[in-house]
Amino acid sequence: MPPALPPLYPITMQHGLVFGAALFAIGLAGALTKRNAIAILMSIEVMLNGVMVTFVSFARHAQGPQLSGQIFAIFIMTVAAAEAAVGLAIVISLYRLRHTVQVDAANTLQG
Amino acid sequence: MASIAWVIPLCPLAAFLLIAFGARRSHQLSASLGIIGVAISFALSIGVFMETLAGVRFSQSIDWLPFPSSIQNGQPVLRTFFVGFQVDSLTSIMLVVVTSVSLLVQIYSLGYMAGDKGFSRYYAFISLFTMSMLGLVLANNLLAIYIFWELVGLCSYLLIGHWHDRPEAAAAAKKAFLVTRVGDVGFLLGILFLYWHSGTLEFTELAARAAAGAIPASALTVGLVLVFCGAVGKSAQFPLHVWLPDAMEGPTPVSALIHAATMVAAGVYLMARIFPILEHSPTALLVVAVIGAFTAFFAATMGLVATDIKRVLAYSTVSQLGYMMLAIGLGAMGAGIFHLFNHAFFKALLFLGAGSVIHAVGTNEMFEMGGLRKRLPVTAVTMTIAAVSLAGIPPLSGFWSKDEILGAALVAQPGLFVLALMTVGLTAFYMFRVIFLTFGGEYRGPAQARPHPDPLPEGEGTHGEPLSMKIPLLILAIPSVVSGLWGMPFIGNPFGHFVESSAAVGGVTPHLLHAPFNPMIAGLSVLVALGGIGVAWAMYGGGKTEVGASLSARFRLIHQILLQRYYMDDLYNWLVTRVVLGIARVATFFDSYVIDGTVNGTGAVTILLGSTLRRAQSGQVQTYAWVLFAGILALAAIVATLRVSR
Repeated sequence: MPPALPPLYPITMQHGLVFGAALFAIGLAGALTKRNAIAILMSIEVMLNGVMVTFVSFARHAQGPQLSGQIFAIFIMTVAAAEAAVGLAIVISLYRLRHTVQVDAANTLQG
Repeated sequence: MASIAWVIPLCPLAAFLLIAFGARRSHQLSASLGIIGVAISFALSIGVFMETLAGVRFSQSIDWLPFPSSIQNGQPVLRTFFVGFQVDSLTSIMLVVVTSVSLLVQIYSLGYMAGDKGFSRYYAFISLFTMSMLGLVLANNLLAIYIFWELVGLCSYLLIGHWHDRPEAAAAAKKAFLVTRVGDVGFLLGILFLYWHSGTLEFTELAARAAAGAIPASALTVGLVLVFCGAVGKSAQFPLHVWLPDAMEGPTPVSALIHAATMVAAGVYLMARIFPILEHSPTALLVVAVIGAFTAFFAATMGLVATDIKRVLAYSTVSQLGYMMLAIGLGAMGAGIFHLFNHAFFKALLFLGAGSVIHAVGTNEMFEMGGLRKRLPVTAVTMTIAAVSLAGIPPLSGFWSKDEILGAALVAQPGLFVLALMTVGLTAFYMFRVIFLTFGGEYRGPAQARPHPDPLPEGEGTHGEPLSMKIPLLILAIPSVVSGLWGMPFIGNPFGHFVESSAAVGGVTPHLLHAPFNPMIAGLSVLVALGGIGVAWAMYGGGKTEVGASLSARFRLIHQILLQRYYMDDLYNWLVTRVVLGIARVATFFDSYVIDGTVNGTGAVTILLGSTLRRAQSGQVQTYAWVLFAGILALAAIVATLRVSR
């Protein structure tokens, strides 16, 4: 087996962190500005992905063998799936009540 | 007998309760109850008086109100207010004066108040007053005396306002109550002050501690002067004399009983009662003497021009009370009480005589009277006797006590002696002005008696003297002549020694002033009095009024000042309406804008904050998320800044 060549452009930890932060920021921007409940759910998924990338980057470049970052990522995926299921259920209920999925229409509790 | 002296005030109290809760429908029954109640008191008082004459003294207290005053070693230290009574010579003299005058006044009222629709109420309140006054003279401590003090003030208010449907009477009642209350505030403060510094309120204890020097001299002076404020209010001394002339709106027998003989003398009695304490403060004594002498002169000048017969007598009362205060302030306590004793009889007689006159003619204005000696012979003779006595002509009673006071004044305070001597002349003048205008000459008023608040019998306008009114006049004429003989200097002034024996506390006799009889002073005062009578004869003799009218036109300014009572009522009116109400307005402003403003402002700020902050609670989760994000950014920025700076 030939020795592994050093990659021409090695992927460093910073790459991973910047990518994760960018994903998180994009998701956050979506979650804060969108009025469509489904779009908000999607944006939250994007934020969770950003977080997962960050975990994995730290884990990949940490000293010594360890997998806790990857394990976290798996957990987040599981939770995200559950959350998406619950969230979509809420969205459907909202739609049945209001015939819309715009979140600012759900304002009957406003003081 | 002395040990059951506490029964004496209970008889009129029982009469009051029976009239108020049972007999008030029946006029006859009410009057009988009142008269019987005070008659029993009178009999008992005579018995007590006889015992004290033999040297008996008695004092008894029971615990009334224990209260914790401080805490030592975790245990409360209890102190007690006592309630009790004492009987000594001073008390027994007052008991006799109060019960005898009250008895005569109640008999007199049978005629005077006949037909009045408030007849039963009148007798109920007279009985209540008698009870309070007897309680006042029996009390052996300052707290008890203060309670009865306020009770007599209440009765005075109720009786001045007997004809409460007349606005003047209602106003006079309120004025009397409020003006005396000014003094009473001082009295209460004085009691608290003395208690604070001595820890006791009983007269004998207070006197013992004052004699032992246990009370700081300055504290003693302040406390006593404050107590004197109460006496100034009750005895109508300057500057709180303004209520007494107005109090003449009440029924005339009430004026005789309360505003001449008894209640107004309570201030003098109080000063005599605390004399063993008072004598340890020369400053307080001087205050009493100066106020007394000034009041005597000041009130007499106002009496010169008053045209209302009862007002002249009211000014005269104020003036004579001033004499009594002067005597006590000089240290001649015996002389002061001697004058009180004599004055009670002849002034009650004068008032009852005036009532008889008013009853007959239906007016108080002396210039509408005249010639009444024919219609009211008994009144004319007895009132003249009383006037001679008041003017100080020997050997009638007023001479002996007044002379004793003048003698004491010359020895102790010659300046005040001059004031007192001038007052003798003024007294004689205004008294005989009353006599000449009322009984001398011919009748000047309209033929028919006019309607007057004093009740008039049914039918025609001429009124004589009912028997029930004549009898008290005749009885009172006797002590007006002879009561002074008891204190004659030629027989060693037995009255003075008798009364002053009450001031000896625990074997310590206070320093009393005894001026020896001085024929020069006696002659001088008689001359001045005769001079006053002479001037009165020259001006009003035979019922003529022209001389007085021309003189008052000539000295219009002085006449006007006197007639307007030195504008003191106007001054007080101005003080109350301008100064007090001005302060009240400022206080109202402060209250409604600063105090209320603070309270309401707190509420308004809370509401404003709430309505502003409510907008943050939009229910929009995305907004919350924005805030959350901004907060995290801010925190991150802070942490970053801190790391960089480190």
